[in-house]
Amino acid sequence: MSSLALPAASSKPSGARSRLLGRFAGVNWGRKAVIGIPFAFLVVFFSLPFLVVLKISVSDADGVQFKDLIDFADGTLSLHLKLADYIFLVTDPLYLETYASSVKYAAINALLCLLIGYPFAYFMTRARPTMRPILVMLVSLPFWTSYLLRIYAWKGLLDDNGVVNNFLLWLHLIDSPIKMMYTPFSMTIGMVYTYLPFMILPLYGTLVKADPRLLEAAGDLGTTPWKAFWLITVPLSKAGIIAGSMLVFIPSVGEYVIPELLGGPQTKMIARVLWDEYFQNVDWPMASAVAVSMVVLILIPLVLLNRYQSVDGRTDDAGARRPTKAMGAAG
Amino acid sequence: MDDAATVTPPAAPAIAGAASDAQFLRVDRLTKRFGEVAAVDDVSISIRKGEIFALLGSSGCGKSTLLRMLAGFETPTSGGIYLEGKEISGLRPFERPINMMFQSYALFPHLTVWENVAFGLKRHGQPADRVAAQVERMLGLVQLKPYAQRKPHQLSGGQQQRVALARSLALEPRLLLLDEPLGALDRKLRAQTQFELHSIIKNVGVTCVLVTHDQEEAMTMADRIAIMSAGGFVQVGAPREIYETPGSRFVADFIGTVNLFDGALVEDEPDHCVIDTPAGRFYIGHGITGVKGQRLSVALRPEKIELSTTAPERCEFNCLRGRVVESAYFGATSLYRVTLGDGTRLQVSVPNSERHGEVITVGADVFATCSADALVVLVN
Repeated sequence: MSSLALPAASSKPSGARSRLLGRFAGVNWGRKAVIGIPFAFLVVFFSLPFLVVLKISVSDADGVQFKDLIDFADGTLSLHLKLADYIFLVTDPLYLETYASSVKYAAINALLCLLIGYPFAYFMTRARPTMRPILVMLVSLPFWTSYLLRIYAWKGLLDDNGVVNNFLLWLHLIDSPIKMMYTPFSMTIGMVYTYLPFMILPLYGTLVKADPRLLEAAGDLGTTPWKAFWLITVPLSKAGIIAGSMLVFIPSVGEYVIPELLGGPQTKMIARVLWDEYFQNVDWPMASAVAVSMVVLILIPLVLLNRYQSVDGRTDDAGARRPTKAMGAAG
Repeated sequence: MDDAATVTPPAAPAIAGAASDAQFLRVDRLTKRFGEVAAVDDVSISIRKGEIFALLGSSGCGKSTLLRMLAGFETPTSGGIYLEGKEISGLRPFERPINMMFQSYALFPHLTVWENVAFGLKRHGQPADRVAAQVERMLGLVQLKPYAQRKPHQLSGGQQQRVALARSLALEPRLLLLDEPLGALDRKLRAQTQFELHSIIKNVGVTCVLVTHDQEEAMTMADRIAIMSAGGFVQVGAPREIYETPGSRFVADFIGTVNLFDGALVEDEPDHCVIDTPAGRFYIGHGITGVKGQRLSVALRPEKIELSTTAPERCEFNCLRGRVVESAYFGATSLYRVTLGDGTRLQVSVPNSERHGEVITVGADVFATCSADALVVLVN
């Protein structure tokens, strides 16, 4: 699905310079460029701003000026790291609670996406092979319209005089509108709706590789289809479950737009706090400290994922690939 | 291919209620249709207890569908499957006392060798010590004890095949099904493995139905072979029987290499018959109770022909003149292609039994002779 066409840098040494460049003849520069250019882009436009933020978070502010971290005066080299904001971060319950609440909503979101997305992805793999590309396209169809627009659309649906309430009133199922907007409910709906494709696509990717004969083999050895699903299909799609959960969980923790538009006073999210520190309190060091902590918080599951993949990913990969090998000779 | 319909189970003494050993597995008029197409068409067969029975045919002949119906992965359109006298075609795969070794093995990639073999035992709720003992026994049987803790992808193809065998035998099934058991192995390993597999199955004594498209595999492994084509049995018999006395042109052509001559019956006596073909006149050492002038085919295996540059004393019957157009030296044998007087090609395989025997070169004029019982008459 992700076909990024990058202009591969031409690497043919030309004319007189060829002797000098000849030393690098063995190296495939085109391939290096394809990997290197996006990599350099990420380093420059993620790491550098992050380092700036990191620096601000430990800097002493003097009005709108930040003092240098390293100072050389009177023959002494001194390093000033202001950690007050970090200390404040862990001592003031507001931040800890907001972090916990962000993680909670992100986890709920990931779990709901998994519960909805797994059966969805599973039955996608059971569809006729000619249907599958169409289903994949339909899953990614929401990306064709603006994300902001789609979140706004939920407002029209869930508002006190929105479509859902009006419909229920018209059916006389309710007497007065149900309060759905600006609650954890409306925010969760928005989050699940937005992030579901990120769960379905990696799950589909692993499930579609599963060999149907493994289920037959399990059945042959005395397993009911339901048990075989739990003993074979689920463990073999572990990589997809983890990838999908991470893809949903990580951006959910730092989600700003959905809590802002669909959430309410109960749905405290760390990105809201971050926004307030920057734009309302104009406390840049504090905001930076919050941002840095958020990145660290998200880094932990990423590191765990990475470690899992390096230990176990190889096994699942090899297993998933093999069964296609000798299928040609079926009678 | 009238033979397909006439293949009937060997008449066994009918024991009321119980099945005799000769009818351990009985397939009765089994048919499977996919839409309009009959993948398996009205097949009946009885398989003895302890027998290894091979379904041999090219792809699409229905052999896999038949096997999958035995395992329970396909539901028959009509007909019945009786195992030890009990109808099993209504049972689901996990309810049948039948286990299958899958094509390319279908080992569970996330489980170790030990867990793969233990899988079925655990599902049947056996106590842990019984499971462990049986897994040990099975791994011993296939000589894989040192590999118990490995994952399938860490094993060679031959080892994976043995794990699959151990897994399918662990539950001590009444019937073992093998789907292209050696199909995923390379040629050299296959030759060695087929004997190993045969001896393990015979040691265990389990009745076995195997599916293969490889005739060598079927011949070495099986006690009896059913040649399948278009969803039906063309011929059923022991490997030797099928090779030496093929019942039809199809079987003669399918099993091994054969020279076929079309001709007409000119003489038919109880002790011999004579058939005239454009290539020459054949004298066959048995009668066929045919009609004079009837169109027939004569089959002659390449290894049953003698080749000589000198004319035999009599060249009246079973004596073809031609010129060698190609020769290939294989070490143990040499293969010659001879163009006969009428233009037909004859394949001849000659054993190189003498180190300095007569060398027949390309271009030589030769006489190809055979004995009266080397020939097989094919009516269809």
